[in-house]
Amino acid sequence: MKKTLFDKVWDSHIVDTIKDGPQIVYIDRHLIHEVTSPQAFNELESRNIPVFRPDQVTATADHNTPTQNQHLPIKDERSKKQLEQLAINCKKNNITLYELGHKYNGIVHVIAPELGITQPGMTIVCGDSHTSTHGAFGAIAFGIGTSQVAQVFASQCLLLTKPKSLRVTVNGNLKKGVLPKDVILYIISKLGTNSGTGYFCEYAGDVFENMSMEGRMTICNMSIEMGARGGMIAPDETTFEYIKNREFAPKGSNLDQKIAYWKTLPTDNGAQFDKEYFFDANDIEPMITYGTNPGMGIKITETIPQVNTPSFEKSLAYMNFEKGESLINKPINYVFIGSCTNSRIEDFRIAANFIKGKSKAPNVTAWLVPGSKQVETQIIKEGLEDIFTKAGFELRQPGCSACLAMNDDKIPEGEYCISTSNRNFEGRQGQGARTLLASPLLAAATAIEGKIIDLTEYLTHSLVQEIQ
Amino acid sequence: MEKFTTLSSRAIPLAIENVDTDQIIPARFLKSINKNGFGKNVFRDWRYNKDHTKNSTFILNNPTYSGDILVAGNNFGCGSSREHAAWALTDYGFKVIVSSFFADIFKENALNNGLLPIQVTPEFLKALLSRIEENPETQLGVNLLEQTITVEGTSFKEDFNINSYKKRCLINGYDDIGFLLSKKNKIMAFERQKAY
Ligand code: SF4
Repeated sequence: MKKTLFDKVWDSHIVDTIKDGPQIVYIDRHLIHEVTSPQAFNELESRNIPVFRPDQVTATADHNTPTQNQHLPIKDERSKKQLEQLAINCKKNNITLYELGHKYNGIVHVIAPELGITQPGMTIVCGDSHTSTHGAFGAIAFGIGTSQVAQVFASQCLLLTKPKSLRVTVNGNLKKGVLPKDVILYIISKLGTNSGTGYFCEYAGDVFENMSMEGRMTICNMSIEMGARGGMIAPDETTFEYIKNREFAPKGSNLDQKIAYWKTLPTDNGAQFDKEYFFDANDIEPMITYGTNPGMGIKITETIPQVNTPSFEKSLAYMNFEKGESLINKPINYVFIGSCTNSRIEDFRIAANFIKGKSKAPNVTAWLVPGSKQVETQIIKEGLEDIFTKAGFELRQPGCSACLAMNDDKIPEGEYCISTSNRNFEGRQGQGARTLLASPLLAAATAIEGKIIDLTEYLTHSLVQEIQ
Repeated sequence: MEKFTTLSSRAIPLAIENVDTDQIIPARFLKSINKNGFGKNVFRDWRYNKDHTKNSTFILNNPTYSGDILVAGNNFGCGSSREHAAWALTDYGFKVIVSSFFADIFKENALNNGLLPIQVTPEFLKALLSRIEENPETQLGVNLLEQTITVEGTSFKEDFNINSYKKRCLINGYDDIGFLLSKKNKIMAFERQKAY
């Protein structure tokens, strides 16, 4: 039978199938952080169950950490307690922890790929919905709740029902200024936020084949925003090249063997999907969201659609936007470049390249929050910090930061923020904050101009100037 | 986990679509290291005004409506994987959530906490919401054994689906950990033989 990439990985991880019930799926890698793990550790302790395979668990502190003065004691008592508890739990159970300040610390979905922990053909889970990020390597990776975190601790397995399969194919060449973030925002705006529920999604076509690993991670990261449990991209030479020489990647002949296996994973020609969508790369332009779910996105040149449902109107009222309005020239006071969607070195290079020699608008507060300590180090090594500081941007220390505003990095009430993160829900970046999701390029441009600009026109214009 | 078989209760209509987990329990309340007490902050930013007074226009603050069943708009529980959302809803007192669509992770989390998510057709949901809005005393009957939801004393009724394994767990109050532990030998055999 012809199999999809998802089928191949899934089928190879089945321990047992329960009659009239779910399957027992083996989990290769379990990533944990301070917010969704403490109750799972409690559960184990109360039942006197040990962590079954501590070597397959990796922990980091990211959701609730400060992004300034990380060397000083944490001021917020409850945050401090949560981090201390993580350290205690990891120590007790022999789990490797990259705590605050460690050279490998950072956002869970940034560090695991960066360290070579994430590999093709694996099953990877974490108590965080954006675990889908790791699917960029051809792994089955998805977010789980805390009860399931406890299950994986106890047995290295989960009870699951096989999801349906969905494939999104995008062929063609992307236009100048169109980034992976625009591609995924475009797809979600077309399909809506629950089109993927019950499905695992594979992304196929030249657009993804030609994309860097960083870009593929941005794509898979947001699969959950269309409801899909996860997203996947077939592993290829780009994937193998990225993995080679990373800290925990297989080495030497072991790597050769692995690569030979990984090459067998891509979807067979003629394999069937339950649902398929096709898009043309040429139709994608720089995107931005205007509402309170990630599906409410438009091309920067478009206007807010006329939809007459109470939920849509409630959302526009929260954002203080009108139907039929264009977002171009809207003044913006906050810019956030960060989160597990866009906080890798590539994202900061793109931003720096645009910012170089310019200054941010006086009304703008611009936060740059690297996804990991390694990204931060690289930013400094490549001299990007200098560009950012000269332009008036604030380079902070790694963490989730204003993506979920659990720490002090909150956008004030009523303010608009152009954010490279993945969710624009009400209050996501702070109570009453209004989030507009966009690419790091549009975010950087907004910080310079102090308002939203027509990036497409700007780029064509600067291209013409370059040629002249 | 508490057992669940049948429930008879009034219901609270929350006719909002895409209720995400950030609304159910905002991130700033996730700093706890145990599962208790999240109910007081469920729907925090909808229930309270900025000055911490109650927002009287929000349905949970309307004394006309009460009950252990929340009837909500399409795509309930989308967003983050935080199980705190399920803990907040159960801690507040909900035992059943009715919607025409649930996000995957939320559904799983609810079931793992004895909170029953009932998915109904959009037509049934619409009619149910208006019945409750018109008559807040509408009494609903949920029968997990027969997999039905009924407006009591009427023929207004719908069947719902639930995974039979999860159904057994809810009825008996079992959770997955015990089951998985009983399969340890199989799991270890799998580890020795795995082909990848
Ligand atoms: S950056 Fe945002 S989305 Fe990513 S793991 Fe942190 S909180 Fe979750």
